[in-house]
Amino acid sequence: MSTAALTHAHDAHAHDDHHYDPGFWRKWVFSTDHKMIGIQYGVTGLAFLMFGFMLMMVMRWQLAHPGEAVPYIGGLLQTLFGSSAFQSDAKGIPGVLTADGYNSFGAMHGTIMVFFGIVPVAFAAFGNFVVPLQIGAIDMTFPRINMASFWCFFISCLFMLVSFVVPGGAAKSGWTSYPPLSGIADLGPLNHVFMNGQTLWVTGMVFNITASLLGSVNFIATIIQLRAPGMTWMRLPFFVWAQFVTAFLLLLAFPPLEAAGVMQLMDRAFDTSFFMPTGLIVNGATTQWSGGGSPILWQHLFWFLAHPEVYVLILPGIGMVAEIIANNTRKPLYGYKAMVGAIFVLGFLSFVVWAHHMYMTGMGAKVSAFFQVTTVMISVPSVILVTALMLSLWGGSIRFTMPMLFATAFLPMFGIGGLTGIPLAFNAVDLYLHDTYYVIGHFHYVVAPGTIFAIFAGVYYWYPKATGRMLNEFLGRMHFWGSLIFINGIFFPMFLQGMAGVHRRWYDGGAAYEQIIKPVIHWNNFMSVSAFLLGLAQIPFIINFCWSIWYGRKASDNPWDSTTVEWDTPTPPPHGNFTKEITVYRGPYEYSVPGADKDFTPQTEAPKADKPHSPTPPAAAPAH
Amino acid sequence: MSQSHDHGKEVAHGASHDSGAPADHAQHDMHLGLYWGIGGVLVVFTAITVWLSYVDFDKMFAGHGWNIIIGMIVATFKVCLVGAIFMHLKGEKPLVWKFLYFTLFFVAGLFFLTLLHYVDPIFGTTHAHH
Amino acid sequence: MQIPHEVTARPDTGLYNAKLGIWLFLASEVMLFGGLFSAYIFLRMGAEDGYWPHGLLNVPVGAANTVVLILSSVTVVLAWASLKMRKFSQYKLWMGISILCGALFLIVKLAYEWPQKFEHFGAFIKKDAIAKYEPYLDNEGMKRKKLAPRVEVSGHLHEVTMTYDPKVWEGIVKEQETNLQQIDDRLKSGKESKSVTSELERDRKRIAAKLKEMPSVKLENFLPKHDLEIAKEGGHGGAAHHDPSVQTIHSTKMHGSERAGVTPATAEKLEKLPGLKLVTFELGLDPINADPTNPESDKPHFWYKGSTKTHGTIQRQDVESWSAFAPKHSPYFAVYFTITGLHGLHVLAGVLIMLYFWLPVEGGANMFKRNPEHLANRVEVVGLFWHFVDLVWIFVFPIFYLL
Ligand code: HEM
Ligand SMILES: [Cu+2]
Repeated sequence: MSTAALTHAHDAHAHDDHHYDPGFWRKWVFSTDHKMIGIQYGVTGLAFLMFGFMLMMVMRWQLAHPGEAVPYIGGLLQTLFGSSAFQSDAKGIPGVLTADGYNSFGAMHGTIMVFFGIVPVAFAAFGNFVVPLQIGAIDMTFPRINMASFWCFFISCLFMLVSFVVPGGAAKSGWTSYPPLSGIADLGPLNHVFMNGQTLWVTGMVFNITASLLGSVNFIATIIQLRAPGMTWMRLPFFVWAQFVTAFLLLLAFPPLEAAGVMQLMDRAFDTSFFMPTGLIVNGATTQWSGGGSPILWQHLFWFLAHPEVYVLILPGIGMVAEIIANNTRKPLYGYKAMVGAIFVLGFLSFVVWAHHMYMTGMGAKVSAFFQVTTVMISVPSVILVTALMLSLWGGSIRFTMPMLFATAFLPMFGIGGLTGIPLAFNAVDLYLHDTYYVIGHFHYVVAPGTIFAIFAGVYYWYPKATGRMLNEFLGRMHFWGSLIFINGIFFPMFLQGMAGVHRRWYDGGAAYEQIIKPVIHWNNFMSVSAFLLGLAQIPFIINFCWSIWYGRKASDNPWDSTTVEWDTPTPPPHGNFTKEITVYRGPYEYSVPGADKDFTPQTEAPKADKPHSPTPPAAAPAH
Repeated sequence: MSQSHDHGKEVAHGASHDSGAPADHAQHDMHLGLYWGIGGVLVVFTAITVWLSYVDFDKMFAGHGWNIIIGMIVATFKVCLVGAIFMHLKGEKPLVWKFLYFTLFFVAGLFFLTLLHYVDPIFGTTHAHH
Repeated sequence: MQIPHEVTARPDTGLYNAKLGIWLFLASEVMLFGGLFSAYIFLRMGAEDGYWPHGLLNVPVGAANTVVLILSSVTVVLAWASLKMRKFSQYKLWMGISILCGALFLIVKLAYEWPQKFEHFGAFIKKDAIAKYEPYLDNEGMKRKKLAPRVEVSGHLHEVTMTYDPKVWEGIVKEQETNLQQIDDRLKSGKESKSVTSELERDRKRIAAKLKEMPSVKLENFLPKHDLEIAKEGGHGGAAHHDPSVQTIHSTKMHGSERAGVTPATAEKLEKLPGLKLVTFELGLDPINADPTNPESDKPHFWYKGSTKTHGTIQRQDVESWSAFAPKHSPYFAVYFTITGLHGLHVLAGVLIMLYFWLPVEGGANMFKRNPEHLANRVEVVGLFWHFVDLVWIFVFPIFYLL
C-alpha cells in the first residue's frame, strides 16, 4: 500500500483517488474529508447566523413598537413558538412578543450567534477547509475525530432548536446564563424536568463544548505535524497562525465552562447548590436548596471561557482579512513577524483579563485593579494587529475585488469596536456603562461588522476553491453596500443610547423609563428599520450563494493570483487534496517581488537556480 | 497501514522502529523494575498521607490549614512521580513540556485569581464566615 | 490515503500524531478538572463555619481503591513495555490486570461507596433552633475546644411523622378540573382564532395528563398499607370533624421496614405531596450525635460505622434543609459526587478502550501481527490517559477523604 496522493507526483489523477468512491453517505453525510466537514460546518453555521438574526429582527420590532403584534407573520410566529413566547393583543391579533419570549429570544440570539454561528463558521468551517490546504496536508491528523466533532456539534444544534418548542420556551437567562436566575428558570410545575429551555441549553452547551475540544485538538495537531516539507513556522500564512492560537484558546478556556455547565446541570437536575446562595428567596418564599453555593463562582468560570471566546470570535476573522489584504494589495503583509508575536501575546493575556466583566460584583478593589491592568495591557497587541493591517494597505496597488471590499471595511469597523472597548477596561467608567447599550454597541462592532464582514470576505475569497465557481460581482456589491450602511445604522446609535443610560435586556425598549432617556429613545425606530433593511441586504447574498454553485462563472485553479498553497490544487480539490508532491520554498506573501517574472511567486515554486530538480527542500523539512 | 513511506532519514534519526523487530530491549528490561519500584513508593506514600492526616499540624505550627498544605505537598509529589516515570515526562520532547507549562500556568491563574475574590470583598457583598 | 506520522514520529517534533493528540487532550482535561477543583476551593473557602463536613467518607475503602489504581498504572505501563519488547502473552496478561483493576475500582464506587450515602440522612438545624439540639451537638464543648460548631444531626431515618390534609389535595384536583372545563367551553364557543385554538388544545392535553396522574400521588395510594398508620388522636372522628370550617387533619406515621428504615428518598416524595406536612424525623443517631462529647469525633476522620441504637428526634420546623447524603445535601457532597462521578466516567472510558485493545479484534490485539509498533503506540496513548485518571484520583483521595 502506498502513501496517498502525495507520492503520485507524475500522475495527475492518482489511482487512489480515481477509485475513491465512498458512496453517498460517506461522501456527503458521514464524511471524514476535512473539506466536506468544513462545508458542513459552514452551511450549518451560516444557517444559524441567519436564524439568530431573525430572532433579533423580531426583538427589534418589539423594541420599536412595544406591545404591538408583529405584522404579517405574527400568527405564524405564535403557532411556531407557542403561547409562552407570543400572545394575542387586546383585539385578538396574534403575534405580540411576550416578556418571556423577549428574554428567550435575546438569550438564544446571543448563544446562537456566538457558539452556533460565528465559531462554527469562522473557526471550524474556514479552519477545516483552508488550514490543511494552506499547509500542504492531505487531511487533518485525525479525520474520524474530525467527523465526531461535527456530529457532536450537530447534536448540540438539535438541543438548541428543540428547546424553542418545549413548554415554557427556550432559555431566558441571557447568553451568560447567570445564576441564581438560571438555577430557578423553567423549573415550575408546568415544565418537564429535562425537556425545559434552560436544561436543554446547558446540555446543548456541554455537547457544543465537546465538539470544540475535539476540533481544537485536531487543528493544533495538524498544524504541528502535517506541514509539508519546507513549510517552516515562519512560512505559515497568517491565517494559519490565527487558527493555531484560536485552537489553543478553545482547548484551554472551554473546559472550565464545561465543568461549570456540568455543575449547573447538577443544580437543575439534582437540586445541588453549586451556584445557589444560602437563604435565597424566590417569589417571597425561601427556596428548598441547601444553599452554600456562590453565583459568583459561575461568573468566574463562565468568563474564564467567555473572554478568550471573544478572541476566538475575532482572531480567525483577522487571519482571513490578513490573507485577503496581502493578496489584493499585491504586497507582503506589513510586519508579519510582529503580527505573529502580537497574536501570541494576545492569546496569552486573554486568559488573565476575564474579571473585567465582573466589576459590578463587588469582588473588591484589589481584584478590580489587577484585571484593569491586564485589560489595558491586552489592547497593545490588538492595536499592533490592526495597525499592521492598515499599514499593509499603504503603497499597495489595491484591487477592490469582492473579498477586498469586505476586508477593507472590516478595518475601521473593528477599529470602532476595539477603541470603544478601552473605556470599559477602567472599572470606574464601567460601573456606569456596564450593561448599557454602549456595551452592546461595542461588542457588536467587533463581531458583526467585524467578524461577520471578515466571514463574508472569506466566503467570497474561498468560494471558488470550494465550488469551482466565482460569486457574482454585481450581487456582491449590492450585498456589500447595503450591509455596510445599514449595519452602522443599527449599531452606531447604540453608543448614544448607552451613554444616556439605556439598559440592555429591556423588553419595552425603554418605554418604562421614558422620562430619563427621552433624548435618545427615538433612535429605537431608526435602528429597527436599519435592522430590517440589513435583512433585505442579505437577500442578494443568499441568491448569489445558491445560484453560483451551478451557474457562476467557472473559476480557474488560482483565480486571485495568490501565493499560498491552497491555490496549488485542482478546483475543487479532490480527496487527498494535491495532485503533486508539495514542497515549500518561500514565505507566504511573495507579491511583486522585484525581478520575478510574475507579480506573485507561489510558495511551492522552487528557486530559479535549482528549478529543474530540487532534491532537498531548503529548511529542516519534515519528511512525509 | 505500513510505515514504509517514511523517508529513510527518519530511521536514521532512531525515532522509529522496523515493524517486526524487537526494539530497545535492554532499555525496557531495565525499566520494569523501576515501574514496580515507583508503584511501591506510591503505595507507601498513600499510607503516609493517611497517617499524616491524623497529625494535628495546626496545633504543632500554631496556624491554620497546615494539614491541607502538607497533604497537598505529598499528593503533588506522588503526581510528579506518576508524570515523570509512568507518563515518561522525564526525557519527554520539549513540545510536550511547552504544552504543560502553559496549561499549568493557566490552571494556576484560574485557581488564584478566582480566590482573590476572598482577599478584599466589599463589605456586605459576601456572607460572613469565620 | 495515508496520513503521515501515524506510527512513526515526525523528526522535528519527535512525536507521532496520536501522542501529540493525547497530550493536547490531557491539557484540556487538566483545565476541566482544574475548573472543578477550583470550584471546590471556592466553595470551601466561602462555606460558613461548620458547614464543610469532615470525615464522612470511608477512608480504608478509599485508600484501598487508591492502591488498586496505582497497581493498574504499573501494569498498564508494563503492558506497553511488553509490546515494545514484542512479548505478546505478557502484554495480554498485564493489560488484562489493568482492565480488571479499573473494573474493580468502579464496582467499589458504584456498588458500595455511593449507595451507602443515599441511605444516610442528615438535617442542618436552623441557627435559632440550634441550642435545642445541644445534647446531640455539644457546641459548648466545641467552643471550648475552639473548633467549628456542629450544625447538622445525622443518622438512619427510622420513622417520620406528619400531618395530612386531604382537602388540599382535593382542592388542587378541583382547580385543574375547573381549568379544563373553562378550556372546553372556550373551544366549544368556536370564537377563538386558529393559533389560540391550537394553544388551548395544547394546554388541555397537558392538564388532562396531569389530572390522570393525580390519584397516584394521593397519600393513600402512595404508601404501602402496612407503612401507614393513622394515628388515633387526630384521625377519623377527631375534633376537627365537629367544626365544618376546620379542615380534616390526619396525623400519620410512617415506619420503615425493620432493616432499612424509611429511606430519605421516600420521605422526600412525601414532603412534596399536596396537603402533607412532615412534623418530626425519628433517627438512629450517628456516633458523633449519639455521643457528642467523645473526643474521638474531633479527630479528622470518624468514618461512618453505621448508626447507633441511640434514638433522636428532630422537629421539621427546626430544620433548614435535609436530605440523604446525596449531591443536593450540601456543597461538599455536590462537589464530591460531581468530581468522583466525572472521574468514574473517565475510568469507565479507559476500561472500555483498554478492553478494545486487549480483545482479538482488528484495531486491538490482532494488530500485533500486522504492525506491533502501531499497537504499542495505541497502548502508550491509552496508558497516558489512564495515568492521568490515576493522577486525578491522587488528588481526589486526600481532598475528599482526609482533609
Ligand atoms: C448583525 C445583526 C445583529 C443585530 C441587529 C444584533 C442586535 C442585538 C441587540 C439589539 C442586542 C441586545 C438585546 C437586549 O439587550 O435586549 C443583542 C444582544 C447580543 N448579541 Fe447581537 N446582534 C447582531 C449580531 C450579533 C452577532 C454576530 C453576535 C455574536 C457573535 C451577537 C451577539 C450578541 C450577544 C452575546 C448579545 C447579548 C445577549 C444577552 O443579553 O444575553 N449579535 N444583539
Ligand atoms: Cu472580556
